Amino acid sequence: MSALSVEKLRVRFGSVEVLKSVDLAIESGEFIVLVGPSGCGKSTLLNVIAGLEQATEGRIEIGGREVTGVPPKDRDIAMVFQTYALYPAMTVRGNITFGMECRGVPKAEQKEAVARVAKLLQIEHLLDRRPGQLSGGQRQRVAMGRALVRDPVLFLFDEPLSNLDAKLRVEMRMEIKRLHQRIGTTMVYVTHDQVEAMTLATRIAVMNGGVIQQFADPQTIYDQPANLFVARFMGSPPMNAIPARLAASGSEIAAMVGPDAATAVPLPNATAAMKDWVGREVVLGIRPECITLPDGEQPGKPAASLPATVEMIEPTGAETMALIRVGQSEIMARMRPDARPAVGSVASFALDTAKACLFDPKTESRIA
Amino acid sequence: MVEARSLSARGGRILLYAILIAFAAFYLTPLIVVILNSFRSFQEITQTSVLGFPKEFRLDNWVQAWGSYCIAGICSGISPYMWNSLLIAVPATLISTLLGAMNGYLLSLWRFRGAGLIFGIITFGVFLPAQMKLVPWAITLRDLGLSNTLAGLVLIHVVQGMSFTTLFCRNYYVNVPQDLIKAAKVDGAGFLQIFWRIILPLSPPILIVTVIWQFTGIWNEFLYGITFSEGSARPVTAALMALSANIAQAREYGIESASVLIAALPTLLVYLFGGKYFVRGLTAGAVK
Repeated sequence: MSALSVEKLRVRFGSVEVLKSVDLAIESGEFIVLVGPSGCGKSTLLNVIAGLEQATEGRIEIGGREVTGVPPKDRDIAMVFQTYALYPAMTVRGNITFGMECRGVPKAEQKEAVARVAKLLQIEHLLDRRPGQLSGGQRQRVAMGRALVRDPVLFLFDEPLSNLDAKLRVEMRMEIKRLHQRIGTTMVYVTHDQVEAMTLATRIAVMNGGVIQQFADPQTIYDQPANLFVARFMGSPPMNAIPARLAASGSEIAAMVGPDAATAVPLPNATAAMKDWVGREVVLGIRPECITLPDGEQPGKPAASLPATVEMIEPTGAETMALIRVGQSEIMARMRPDARPAVGSVASFALDTAKACLFDPKTESRIA
Repeated sequence: MVEARSLSARGGRILLYAILIAFAAFYLTPLIVVILNSFRSFQEITQTSVLGFPKEFRLDNWVQAWGSYCIAGICSGISPYMWNSLLIAVPATLISTLLGAMNGYLLSLWRFRGAGLIFGIITFGVFLPAQMKLVPWAITLRDLGLSNTLAGLVLIHVVQGMSFTTLFCRNYYVNVPQDLIKAAKVDGAGFLQIFWRIILPLSPPILIVTVIWQFTGIWNEFLYGITFSEGSARPVTAALMALSANIAQAREYGIESASVLIAALPTLLVYLFGGKYFVRGLTAGAVK
């Protein structure tokens, strides 16, 4: 069953077009993350799905029912907000039951629902406190409780973890994932954090400039980004984008990089699409973890050798990042934790090109 | 050397306090004169002067001022006019505060097209001098059939007060996170339900400020009171004017003093009990 379908949605505020023809089809039980930089329209999209903002054009279906023009309360949704949006003057119990009161749910049923949700989220001991007496993590839990108690077709999360500190954020992230696995309700989750997107989503919609750039599962987004924007936005540090020229010798195709395009990076997975680009400028996209020092290379993997100047190294404990330079391009390499190439020296780096991407330098779309 | 400096510091401090005390005395003198005169007899004041310490503390000025002194031919003291003022100030304060809270809620949390303009127009009333509005009000009250009624004065104070109460409340509610409204909408609450259940319980700090502001303002208001009422419908401020304008006989400074003090008592009490909330409310910042 389709849980949510958005068709040709446009939102215009005066002369500013915030959403430009957005299409989205979500199956029941999915965990969809809308991710993008601030101002990309992701929160607007969520608000329009919730009915809190009006679309200029387009239609929305929730659970197979057209809801364009239906007020938020009748859309069978529940929403969790970034600021938690707990009602300050009500107790936790009051916060959780307020929605049911508004809908006229019988008292006994309310009590049962509160007990169920409080147990699920382990907030039973907080029920008689006010939001002001709770910690950030507890407030977040209560906000989720308020949404859960509704048992909706669709959960909407608007950057729910942004106000938490780093440690708590990781904990709550796991908790949300566990919650989704347990209750299986469809979730649409907005964030600007690509790690949250990668870890939580069954599918990710990467947005920029009011347009969905790519809508796919996390691995596809990561390995085969639709364009340079997605390539750079997803992954930390981002995918390296290296100007190159494609060259062919026989059936082999290589990207020529560095000064005077002198260094050949052979591309093992040559496709037909690549052949059209032989002799032309492209952008070679390669993830930092595919650039290492040669002794870390695993046998059997296709590898190219890339001589580069080491500009800076950043040991993080779990790994060592290196900023290296090839001609005009600065490239991030991700190495073993004990790797310590001398800063300023020229070292030979191993490139795993199995997952290398090629982009059109003009349109920034992926060629292969 | 050290001693000399501490000596000069102490000298400065003494000078500072001397100046402060002098100013305080200067401002308090009229009040003290009025308080003292309210206990002195007519004979005592006329035989000596209005400045003097009472020979004996007599309460009959207060009794007469409250219940039997003749004001413009009605010998009932100022008590009925106190009652009039209360009948004007209490409803006008409550209604204007409630409307201000509603306006503020609507203008800050239900942002709609033109909200800024409407807010500008409403608060423009804050800057309009009262004299300018006398004639328009006279026409309005006449057309509504409310001339020389308490209801007419209530209407005036509600409308005029709304500029202030809207300004206060809107600026307070602007700090309420918009997400609260969104959450309540998703929960299924309507415009009024959100106001009563969620916004109003957050509002005591600003409501106390507006209530004190409105009550003291309306109680002390004189211009509209004297213009739009006469006879027994007068508020106490206008009655005080009539009392002191009694030129047929020698001035009863003792009774006038007692009347002024009685008339000032309600606002004084409001300040005494609500003053600390007033300051707290004015400085209260965001609702978190």
